Formats: sequence, C-alpha cells, structure tokens
Amino acid sequence: MAEREQKRKPASSRTEEVVEEAPGVSEKGEKIKAELDDLLDEIDEVLEENAEDFVRSYVQKGGQ
Amino acid sequence: MAIRKVCGVETEYGIVLRGAGESNPIAASSVLINAYVSSLARKVGWDFEDESPGTDARGFSVEGSSPPEVETHLVNAVLTNGARYYVDHAHPEISTPECVDAREVVVWDKAAERILIASMEAATSILPPGQEIVVHKNNSDGKGNSYGCHENYLMDRAVPFSRVVSGITPFFVTRQLIAGAGKVGCEAPGLSWREVPFQLSQRADFFEEEVGLETTLKRPIVNTRDEPHCDAQKYRRLHVIIGDANLSEVSTFLKVGTTAIVLAMIEDDELGRDLSLAAPVHALRQVSYDLTLAKPLELADGSKATALELQWQFLDLAKKYAESRGLEAVGEDVGAEVLRRWEAVLHGLETNLSAAAKQLDWVAKYQVLSAYKERDGLEWGDAKLRAMDLQYHDIRPARSLATRVGLERLTNEEEVASAMTNPPRTTRAWFRGRCLQRWAPAIVAANWDSLVFDVGGDPLRRVPMMEPLRGTAALLEDLVESCNTPAELIERLGA
Repeated sequence: MAEREQKRKPASSRTEEVVEEAPGVSEKGEKIKAELDDLLDEIDEVLEENAEDFVRSYVQKGGQ
Repeated sequence: MAIRKVCGVETEYGIVLRGAGESNPIAASSVLINAYVSSLARKVGWDFEDESPGTDARGFSVEGSSPPEVETHLVNAVLTNGARYYVDHAHPEISTPECVDAREVVVWDKAAERILIASMEAATSILPPGQEIVVHKNNSDGKGNSYGCHENYLMDRAVPFSRVVSGITPFFVTRQLIAGAGKVGCEAPGLSWREVPFQLSQRADFFEEEVGLETTLKRPIVNTRDEPHCDAQKYRRLHVIIGDANLSEVSTFLKVGTTAIVLAMIEDDELGRDLSLAAPVHALRQVSYDLTLAKPLELADGSKATALELQWQFLDLAKKYAESRGLEAVGEDVGAEVLRRWEAVLHGLETNLSAAAKQLDWVAKYQVLSAYKERDGLEWGDAKLRAMDLQYHDIRPARSLATRVGLERLTNEEEVASAMTNPPRTTRAWFRGRCLQRWAPAIVAANWDSLVFDVGGDPLRRVPMMEPLRGTAALLEDLVESCNTPAELIERLGA
C-alpha cells in the first residue's frame, strides 16, 4: 500500500481540515462528553426494566 | 457504459410477541402484517409465476429449490408505494420498491420502518389486552440466529459473473467499516464477548463461504441467486446478502451508494486494480472484530493492507472513475454526494471515531454503549449492554435508542410519510403503485415484473413490466391519469 501513502500525503484538503479542527479538540471533546452524559440519563429512562429477562427472551428463528 | 443501478433493499425484522407466554413468530408476523393491510383495506396477492430462487448466476439450477409456496398462503401484500410486505422465514419482511438511486432507497427504507411502526400499532389494537408485538430492525438475536437485510442492484447480463465476484468481494469485506450496525459480543463458534467484546457488524459471524447460492446456512459473501425479475437476456439482479440492516440514514445511503458505484466500475471494467484478499471469509471476521481498524489483511498478491486502506483505495478509484466516465449510472448528483460523504466518514474513522458517530451505526452504538459501560463500571458481557444493543434496533419511538443518539438525517418526515403510500416516480414501481392506488379491486395479482388485471370477461390480462426503467411517471403518467377505468388502461397499453 506504499502507493496509497504517496497519494494521500499531498491531499491538502484533508490536512487542512485537521489543522482547522485541532485548536478546538478539547473543547469539542468536553461538549461531546456532556452530551453523552445527558444521553445516558435519557437512555436510563427508556431502557427495558429487566435487562436479563429481556435479553434471555429475545430469541429469533434464523432467516436468510 | 454501465447501466443504471436500479436498486432496493429487503429487510427481515426481528419479532417478539410480548405478554403471551410462548409465541409463534410466523403467526405473530401474519397478525402484524394483516393488521396493517386490513387497516388499509387494499390487499393484493403476490404472484409467484416468475419466481425461481434456485437459479444460479454461474449458469445452473438447483433441483428441489422452488418458490416459497409454503409461505405464500400466509401474508403477502403489495403496497401502493410499490413495496412488497410479507412473512419470510418467521420474520416480517419488506422489500422496498425499485429505486433509481441511493437516496431514494433511504427514503423508502425509512418509510418501511414507519410501516412496521404503524403495523405494531394496528396489531396492538386487535390483540388481547397486555399483549404487544415488538419489532426490531437488526440481524441477530445474539444467540446464533441471524436474519437478513439484502440489497439488489441491476447489472448488465453481459458482464462475466466471475469479474463481479473478484471485484466486489474485497469491497464487501471492508465496507463493514461504513455499513456495519455494530454488535456486543460474538456468535461465531468458540468465541464469546471475552474475545470479541464488540464488533462492527451484526452479520460477519454468519458467513462461511466466498460464493454460493445459499442464504440461510453456509452463507456466502457473494450470493449467486440468478432471478432478475426483469428481462433475463439483458439483465441480472445482483442479490447481496451480506449487509447489516441500518438505522442510520447515512449508513444506508453509503452502503447502497458506494456499492452501486463500485458495481458500475466493475461493469465498465474500470476497477483498475485487483484488490483480491488471500482469505476473504477470515478477513470478514477480522475486520468486524478489529476495533483498532489497524490490523492488516493479507491480499492475494502477498501484500498487506488494512480495511481502511482498502476503502481509501476504492474511494480513490471511484473518484478517478467519476472523472473519466461520470456517475450517470448512479445519478450524477447522488453519486457526487456519495463520494463526498464516503471520504468524510473514512476521514472520521481514521482520525477520531467520534467524528463519525452521527453518521455510522456501529460507531454511534459503540460510543454510547462504551460510555454507559464506563459510567456504571460494567463488563461487555453484562445483560444491560446486551439489552441496549438490542434496544438500539427497537423501532418503537418510545423505546428506540437509535433515534436518541443524534444520528444525522438525510430525509424529512414529510417525504418519508409520503413514501409509505406513494411509489418512486423514477422506476416501474411507479406504474405498480399508481395502478394499485387507483384500481386495486381490478388487480388480482402483482409481482416485480407484471401486474395481472381482471377487467371483466375472459381472460385475465397480464401487463408485463420487464424493463425496470419503464413504467415511470415520466413515461406513463399522462396515459395512466387520462384513463378512467382499468379496461381503458389495458386497451391503451395494448396489453
């Protein structure tokens, strides 16, 4: 895959994107984490009450 | 020049009847579908005359393989959006109508989900109190039972099938990176969540062959069913059984869009490079199990490359193809959008997984389950995480996790709602759907390539639809809309 590498290095568009995003990474990371925490709380609300039973009873016939 | 990649998906949904003790999934599927079609009161039976799932693309027929007669009496409806809704192998299944590009597939696939949701609601209203039918859009029960989400692509019959197989196999093995729906644990013999805590694909554990006719056991990476449902002299229908059912619209868009482009390249003999793998079946699982995305695969020529590198290769080749030959075969605009998004998700996978979490199912699922696992200090084998895995695919709005993880939408609710009852205008599905909207009582049977009318008197009149790109609104709307009766339509079509 040496040829692949040679082609990708000069691909300036991708390199530029990385440079632009770099300064905001940690800020962005924290935002993502906060969103995830909220999401986990929301999931707790809708999750099947008895996970063990739910998983055990979910049995399907094989198909195509 | 590659022919237009008319395409569609057929999805078998997981089904559970709750609150009834033991349940029969075939009966539950029938109740589900009947509840829906009765609520529409427009039921037309499927016609199996031209079905031959035992015919092999390699040029022979398997004896004893016949149309699924046993199931035909169950439920088998053709909908006004041109889709087929039926019971298959103990699962409710919807085949989308024939679509002209990947974006249309996303719209009619989402419409299919909405039809299942409406079916669950209709079923609940006729079931005894306390009982509920619940449907999951996934491909495995986590206990070794798998069911499919198949894709179909129109191909030029003149293309040697061996070229299709060698070109598409390494693509199928590596497209799990963008099309995988993610799964906790492992269902391959001898492996558990301890060795494979989470994997990219629902289906990789169930594939054992490189090429073959089977779909329910010894599943092959390239399926050879040769049943074109159109002019068999000119076309074949590539029946793809290796995909996961996607909840993410972008995953579906890319799964179908990238595959259609690669198939067009193969058809034009423009793939340009042999990327054959040394051991495709082994590689399929290796890719699915490798969350680092960094383990190299061995190619047939002795070189090595990661799945991500191979996907970059396919993208580069596709871009060159787009420049030299154009993307007419997949729709110029949609094709350009596929290339743009393909590059964006590969870039995301390469740099920072969370950059692809709004686009790709497996990444979205992995991210949310990992966070939950972390928060509660769980092991991957914990029932809670397995339950969340299943619930990602629960399509009930009140329970679905996939609709809560912030996946990017490509469609809007208005067009999806419209696609529940209206066909694409761009293929023969328009003629099928529009005729059903207007004259269902006179249509005694329908299948992919014909409609059978009873317009009074003898005999029944069969209207063949052997060309997937005829029967479109552009070609037939004026004629169909100017007819007042089905008899007039038959007369003017000269059928």
